[in-house]
Amino acid sequence: MSGPPLLQVDGLRMHFFTKAGVVKAVDDVSFSVGRGEILGLVGESGSGKSMTGYSIIGLVDPPGRIVEGRIVFDGTDLTRLDAAAWRGVRGSRIAMIFQDPMMTLNPVLRIDTQIVEAVQAHADVSRESALARAREALVRVGIASPDERLRAYPHQFSGGMRQRVAIAIALVNGPDLIIADEPTTALDVTIQGQILFEMQKVCRESGTALIWITHDLSVVAGLADEVCVMYAGRFVESGPVADILDRPLHPYSRGLIDSVPSRNARGRPLRQIPGMTPSLLSLGPGCPFRDRCTSATARCAESPSVTEPSPGRRLRCFHPNA
Amino acid sequence: MLAYAIRRLGQSLFVLVLMSFLVFIGVFAIGDPIELLVNPQADEVERIRATAALGLDKTFLEQYWVFLKGAASGDLGKSFVYNVPALSLILQKLPATIELAFVAMVMAIFLGIPLGLVAGLKPDSLVGRGIMAGSILGFSLPTFWVGLVLIMVFSVNLGWLPSNGRGETTLVAGIPVSFLTLDGLAHIAMPAVNLALFKLSLLIRLTRAGTREAVLQDYVKFARAKGLTQGRVIGVHVLKNILIPIVTVIGLELGSVIAFAIVTESIFAWPGTGKLLIDSINQLDRPVIVAYLLVIVTLFIVINFVVDVLYSMLDPRVRLGGAAAAH
Ligand SMILES: Nc1ncnc2c1ncn2[C@@H]1O[C@H](COP(=O)(O)OP(=O)(O)OP(=O)(O)O)[C@@H](O)[C@H]1O
Ligand SMILES: [Mg+2]
Repeated sequence: MSGPPLLQVDGLRMHFFTKAGVVKAVDDVSFSVGRGEILGLVGESGSGKSMTGYSIIGLVDPPGRIVEGRIVFDGTDLTRLDAAAWRGVRGSRIAMIFQDPMMTLNPVLRIDTQIVEAVQAHADVSRESALARAREALVRVGIASPDERLRAYPHQFSGGMRQRVAIAIALVNGPDLIIADEPTTALDVTIQGQILFEMQKVCRESGTALIWITHDLSVVAGLADEVCVMYAGRFVESGPVADILDRPLHPYSRGLIDSVPSRNARGRPLRQIPGMTPSLLSLGPGCPFRDRCTSATARCAESPSVTEPSPGRRLRCFHPNA
Repeated sequence: MLAYAIRRLGQSLFVLVLMSFLVFIGVFAIGDPIELLVNPQADEVERIRATAALGLDKTFLEQYWVFLKGAASGDLGKSFVYNVPALSLILQKLPATIELAFVAMVMAIFLGIPLGLVAGLKPDSLVGRGIMAGSILGFSLPTFWVGLVLIMVFSVNLGWLPSNGRGETTLVAGIPVSFLTLDGLAHIAMPAVNLALFKLSLLIRLTRAGTREAVLQDYVKFARAKGLTQGRVIGVHVLKNILIPIVTVIGLELGSVIAFAIVTESIFAWPGTGKLLIDSINQLDRPVIVAYLLVIVTLFIVINFVVDVLYSMLDPRVRLGGAAAAH
């Protein structure tokens, strides 16, 4: 792929200024997403994945604030946009869907209202043509008889159906980028598979880039082109999905991969990463993973800088796996 | 819906009968009205004649039976004092009370919800804190004290507003109302503010709490992620959700504002049912007391019904009559 990427996140820091102290939810994270590309953003709970997503779409609420870094989207730095300029981007060029489909749709508004308002927020069109776009978007995410569905309320839908509606809303304005924050975690496995498949198909067809946030590496394996691993708010490593899964360089990525149940390792006990995620409040300098890392040495008390061990791969570690 | 309405009607009738029985026991307990009604100089013959004329010589159950029979045909008895039907006495005073309650409620709603929204959206700002401090005052100051202070300031010291009565009224559909004339407005202003203060504070708190909870919900974040304007996110997504509990409380409070306007009516000599009730209790005018309470209970029942219907319109998850939602 040539030319500048669609999205370039560069040294992003997003901190919460709470009474108890500064929570460095995102602390020096960099990655890029090309047009039509799918990036898997992976990490344990609390590693700052959602906050990275909110930073990109400009929905960070106080006491949180982006303190450093650039988010360059199609040539403009989003961290410098004012409220008016944001409205032209959010929901139209960048869309986001959330984890819990039971909570993302407004319970007291009909589906048609919720889709039509998304269209009309960005295009000066009549209700009829907005409805036509809504219908088309619902069909694209695999919802049959959209007319009937449009007149319903969210509580009349199953979880999987609601998430499809949310995806349709994200798609309706033909965005360049969709941030999907664990949209299948709350669904059962078969529905999860269907939605993954449809999402991938739709994005490929329309050339929409996708950031798929998840803690589940097995989801990323079949979906993403690139993977970016985060730990305790920090960037850990990134690279093409097959490379990372085959040959993880960072001990944390290796731990994550080993803790995924796999077919050819059946019968063997799963390996787990010992210890717990550190509190972001008391996190000092140095590699945040060193207390749980088997390769850690005294050197790890300093922060390693990001290196490029091979083309297309980036890593922040002094002692990569061989 | 129809089956639901019929069932509600049946329940309501039961409540009314039960209520009237309890009230009957109550008025029997407070004393014998004959002592107050008959001239102390009257002789025994006169007393017996008066007792019989009012039906007070019968036993408790007999009297209640007579009352029930009358009530079934819409006759709630005659006032001992004025010798006119108790119901018409109340209906004559009711418009003044309803007008006062209504104006107070409108004030509370149109100030309380916006102020509560502001306080909920900016809880840590100076404005947000100020609104909350005000609502704490509104909650804790006693109604009669606020009423007296209002009279002291605006009637006695400044001389801007009259301190009693309804002022000039105009007829709307045959019912006298104050709020359409300037003089009437001047008269209703202070009692309405007095009556509204508590409800205003309540609505501010309710709206603020609802807003603070709603803005944290994913559906608000999702609405913002769609690129909607702040106005639409607040005015549609947040407001429509918090309106559900607010409408319920407004409905319940409307009933209680009518029922408990008594203090305000007494302070501002507002010629409504509250004042009539106090007078009737002082004179042990049993039929008026019973009729008053039944009218108020009926009002409560009607208002609750309307609130339930409104509620089902606001919240699509609620279906009246317990019919399951279609899937
Ligand atoms: N309002 C807040 N104030 C202070 N800290 C916060 C706030 N919101 C989030 N955090 C912190 O930010 C960190 C990152 O949170 P984030 O939601 O991005 O994690 P995540 O990787 O998405 O986890 P999960 O998989 O559980 O969704 C967490 O440690 C959390 O404690
Ligand atoms: Mg998250």
